[in-house]
Amino acid sequence: MSESFIQLSDLRKTFKSRGEEFLAVSEVTFDVKAGELVSVVGPSGCGKTTILKILAGIHTYEGGSVNIGSQTNPFDPSKDIGMVFQQPLLLKWRKILGNVLLPAEILGLPRKESLDRARYLLEMVGLQGFEDKYPHELSGGMQQRTAIARALIHDPKLVLMDEPFGALDALTREKMNLELLRIWKESRKTILFVTHGIQEAVFLGSRVIVLTCGPARMADNITIDLPYPRLLEMKTHDEFGKYTRLIYKHLGMEDSEGSPSAITEACRID
Amino acid sequence: MNEISKQARRYGMIVLVHLGVVILWQLGVSISNIPDYVMPSAGATLLSLGEDYGWVHNTYVTAVEVFGGYGLAVVVGVSMALIFSWFRIIETLFMPLMISLNMIPKVALGPLFIVWLSYGVSTNILVAFSICFLPILLTMERGLREADPDLIDLVRTLRASRWQIFTKIQFPGSLPYLFSGMKVAVVLAVAGAIVGEFIASEEGLGYLMLQVQVTLDTAAMFMAVLLITLVGVVLYGLVLLLEYLLVGQTAKEV
Repeated sequence: MSESFIQLSDLRKTFKSRGEEFLAVSEVTFDVKAGELVSVVGPSGCGKTTILKILAGIHTYEGGSVNIGSQTNPFDPSKDIGMVFQQPLLLKWRKILGNVLLPAEILGLPRKESLDRARYLLEMVGLQGFEDKYPHELSGGMQQRTAIARALIHDPKLVLMDEPFGALDALTREKMNLELLRIWKESRKTILFVTHGIQEAVFLGSRVIVLTCGPARMADNITIDLPYPRLLEMKTHDEFGKYTRLIYKHLGMEDSEGSPSAITEACRID
Repeated sequence: MNEISKQARRYGMIVLVHLGVVILWQLGVSISNIPDYVMPSAGATLLSLGEDYGWVHNTYVTAVEVFGGYGLAVVVGVSMALIFSWFRIIETLFMPLMISLNMIPKVALGPLFIVWLSYGVSTNILVAFSICFLPILLTMERGLREADPDLIDLVRTLRASRWQIFTKIQFPGSLPYLFSGMKVAVVLAVAGAIVGEFIASEEGLGYLMLQVQVTLDTAAMFMAVLLITLVGVVLYGLVLLLEYLLVGQTAKEV
């Protein structure tokens, strides 16, 4: 369990926009162990999503290296990635069960086993009994649970989450954080969780990668030394506050004198 | 209240409202002094079916023109939209042209079609087609472009083929758009066929209307309008049925 599953080393990515080339990601280096839940936090548009898409093989990169998997734990990029986005992105003409089955259909997995697994996953995300509903009949939180079940249907080794709870109201979001920790514990997946919520990042991750922007650079790689299972009351602990303060500081948002830095203006990627 | 009796009530209301209008029409005409040749009563209109105007044949001809033009428009419109979505270069080249063509009042092309093809049922099919195929093409093309880029990324990570993306995401996603275009096109197809008949023809309900206008048989003119409407309603009903079968209850989303 302790060997590295993902190794990012000195990652560099540039985009071209109106003939001008600009640096989106630079000098990002971190490892993720198999079965670990790592948060990536940073201001909007600082290249968090770009890093996720590079890991998913959707974006190319110009420098550095990306390694996923190992001899003992091989990784097949076409089968071992599950993705969850800020929007649930469900097919509105398919019932919940059909939506969860989509990746299995694309990969051509056996129908019978996929159905059983879809039912099992829907139960795991708390949606038993909703198999035959259409997405529009479900709340935002339930739609996002469906998206999580869909990301797990093909039993991927790596789940990439891009601000999955960003569109939910605050209370639902906290509830979904607890749910995610439970799902993570049950499924034992390696999860990379991108968010701009600092509290959320600390609460979920065994580590938090802090990015600052313009271009995305790694400010820190903080090990969150709080035991699992994480409980909501931990958010009031001094330890928790210490971590969030540290991250705020990295992002140039301190209570002390001075302006809250220029990061917000500098970040116009996405 | 259960689902079936709710439906029955809804359809019952629709029938009642229509019947109510017919009754008001009948009463209104009989208690007022409007002459028959200006405003025939509902009964007189119905009785005109007894006249030897070849109702069945003329209705059949108009229906063939409407259904033919409409069917052709659906086939051509959908096919072109598919080609556009598969070959971006063709779309870039021809889409602006299609939008310009959409601006032409197609009715104005009727006399030209007759010059080129002489008059007849097939010319009127072409008029109906030309007036209603662009809305179908434009809405379908729009629908095929609607797929969310993140969703496309999601299935691309699974190495989905272009065909899988098309059949599982793009095409079903475009259907609600297609049907909204198809519903608009029904009215246009009927108008196209009748305009064709007005310009030059020797059969069809539009032709019949011009014939009975000469003798001021207003009741028969009313009947012709009702039958034209009926052709449109039947086509519209078929489109709704098809939409229900293909899109089902998720249609209300768009």
